[in-house]
Amino acid sequence: MNEIEKIGNQTLSPLGRVGEGLLSIKNLKAEIEGKKILNGINLEVKAGEVHAIMGPNGAGKSTLSAVLAGRADYDVTEGSVTLDGKDLLDMSAEDRAREGVFLAFQYPIEIPGVSTTNFLKTAVNEKRKYQGLEPMEATDFLKLMRQKMEFVEMDKSLTSRSLNEGFSGGEKKRNEIFQMAMLEPKLSILDETDSGLDIDALRLVSEGVNKLRSKDNAYIVITHYQRLLDYIVPDFVHVLYKGRIVKSGDASLAKELELKGYDWIKAEVEASM
Amino acid sequence: MSENQEVDIIDEVISQDYKYGFSTDIEMETAPMGLSEEIVRFISAKKNEPEWLLEWRLKAYRYWLTLKEPTWQNFSYPKVNYQDIIFYAAPKQKITLDSLDQVDPELLKTFEKLGISLTEQKRLTGVAVDAVFDSVSIATTFKDQLKEKGVIFCAISEAVHEHPELVRKYLGSVVPATDNYYAALNSAVFSDGSFVYIPKGVRCPMELSTYFRINAENTGQFERTLIIADDNSYVSYLEGCTAPMRDENQLHAAVVELVTHNHAEIKYSTVQNWYPGDKEGKGGIYNFVTKRGICEGSHSKISWTQVETGSAITWKYPSCILKGDYSTGEFFSVAVTNNHQLADTGTKMVHIGKHTKSRIVSKGISAGKSHNTYRGLVKVNKKAEKSRNHTQCDSMLIGDRSGAHTFPYIEVNNNTSQVEHEASTSKIGEDQLFYCNQRGIGTEEAIGLIVNGFCKEVLNQLPMEFAVEAQKLLAVSLEGSVG
Repeated sequence: MNEIEKIGNQTLSPLGRVGEGLLSIKNLKAEIEGKKILNGINLEVKAGEVHAIMGPNGAGKSTLSAVLAGRADYDVTEGSVTLDGKDLLDMSAEDRAREGVFLAFQYPIEIPGVSTTNFLKTAVNEKRKYQGLEPMEATDFLKLMRQKMEFVEMDKSLTSRSLNEGFSGGEKKRNEIFQMAMLEPKLSILDETDSGLDIDALRLVSEGVNKLRSKDNAYIVITHYQRLLDYIVPDFVHVLYKGRIVKSGDASLAKELELKGYDWIKAEVEASM
Repeated sequence: MSENQEVDIIDEVISQDYKYGFSTDIEMETAPMGLSEEIVRFISAKKNEPEWLLEWRLKAYRYWLTLKEPTWQNFSYPKVNYQDIIFYAAPKQKITLDSLDQVDPELLKTFEKLGISLTEQKRLTGVAVDAVFDSVSIATTFKDQLKEKGVIFCAISEAVHEHPELVRKYLGSVVPATDNYYAALNSAVFSDGSFVYIPKGVRCPMELSTYFRINAENTGQFERTLIIADDNSYVSYLEGCTAPMRDENQLHAAVVELVTHNHAEIKYSTVQNWYPGDKEGKGGIYNFVTKRGICEGSHSKISWTQVETGSAITWKYPSCILKGDYSTGEFFSVAVTNNHQLADTGTKMVHIGKHTKSRIVSKGISAGKSHNTYRGLVKVNKKAEKSRNHTQCDSMLIGDRSGAHTFPYIEVNNNTSQVEHEASTSKIGEDQLFYCNQRGIGTEEAIGLIVNGFCKEVLNQLPMEFAVEAQKLLAVSLEGSVG
């Protein structure tokens, strides 16, 4: 386990690698209603990489994804986050999305009466507007939809139904991946995408993600369990505990956690404090 | 989202400007302020009306004097002083026009600005328009094409002269002058509005539409619309309305009467966007309207669709009297209130004939400090055997200072009929907004999207040409509100 190192508060890219980062999180601290949740996160993510973030309940995993995506309930008290060198924290949630941040929700939201098609058309055109482009022609848009649907093996009937309404757990998660395919983000954050999925759905969702992986985009995969990482194999695994990344390593760290649980890490952290 | 942020965004909505708030500077001829028998005679004389109609008006006026303003509504408002209202205002020009060349260019420009083109080349294809400016009809398009099919579409003041037998037969036959306070007032002072007659067996070849514009200060608009669909005929009719921004409240008390004979159908759609008042609730239109249709013949159908986004107060219940056996009544409604707007709206479905059917879909959306009330009556008479009603009544709240209220009345007098009522209340959730934001959709667009989704069933009922407009209107009326 020589690759596992404790990073603590130091500002280092994982495993000490250097290079142009896509996402750079420095000493990020955030709280909600006065309760401190993130206590100095440091993380560098380069294009083409997949980072898994694991950790026990209450470690701050979902908070990290919410803060990155710009959810307003959280107050960032310290630190910085940049995407391609641009200050992310300064942007509204919608601008972050238009800049290429995508969050696959743990619990995708239902919007009655709005079809996935209509929703995505709005989203795609809002992004284009932001980029100074004309709205997409309806026929081009539908063609793109068909292409991406095939690509992620999404059931056609889902796109005409109200967004996520009455979808099964698996359908909702696949719809998230489909949206990801449509919006072509630079950075995708998968927030416990494996939760509530049976093994077949998990495989389908993972295959979708793997197909979308490229040298130009990056993934942060937040998960409680190792099993997702059997399908989406990460380049790096980080353990989040008490609002900090307390351990980083490669895919084998996830396997070790699966075997030994989190207690040994907790003990290690407590001992060093 | 913290409470402060929420309030900020709601404030943003509230400062949203009313797009149609401009006024037209044009020379007007008006009646002296206030209401009296002289004024009623003045209006009748202006229109060169036959004696019977003057008598009808005077009878209504005298009856109105004996009435008190109703007080059962679910809102309060400062008393209307009827002596402070001008009951007749017309642009100075010949009332009957041979061609549009004679219309004051200012008026054409006004309607142009409202997106209603009366000039030949820019007409909305497939839609005939009657444009009513304050108390008079300015122009009706496509009249000749309609005439070929025997369809009559003209200003009611013109119909009084051209088709007196029809007007006399049907005027007040659905909403009698004695029906209620505002109907009596309207019957006494109504100035213009549209008249439609579809002859037997004719399917009206285009959408008919009336556009109402209040312009003059201190005036009320009291239009009267009468639509008759004879046996086996069909017509789709749409009305739209706007008014300038003025500090005082202006009264709009219209009466609409619909009659369908055997196997005939009328589809009546309204997109109501009267000036709603400013964010403190100052100014705006009082929209106190009586709309009722009677399915006189068997297998006939009346369908009301309304999108109500304007007015300081909306108080109306487009209703159906289902007299013919196997007749059908429908009511599809979207009512949006924001800031200090108040809406008390719904429908009455009165089942008289056997095997009659009615369907009610009401969507109320309340934002700001507004209140939105659904009030409906489903009444099934003893002889209306095997009748059916289905009512669905959904409310959506935006922010935490608005209110939604529902008063359904159901009265069933036989045991072979079926009445169903479904209701729901929801809020635009922070989660829904964040989900949209996270996909790059800004909060204002997101609200538009969510609200349009909520109203989809109703919007789908609108004629295509207007559905898109209505969708945009919904988004604009709610821009920036948050839950």
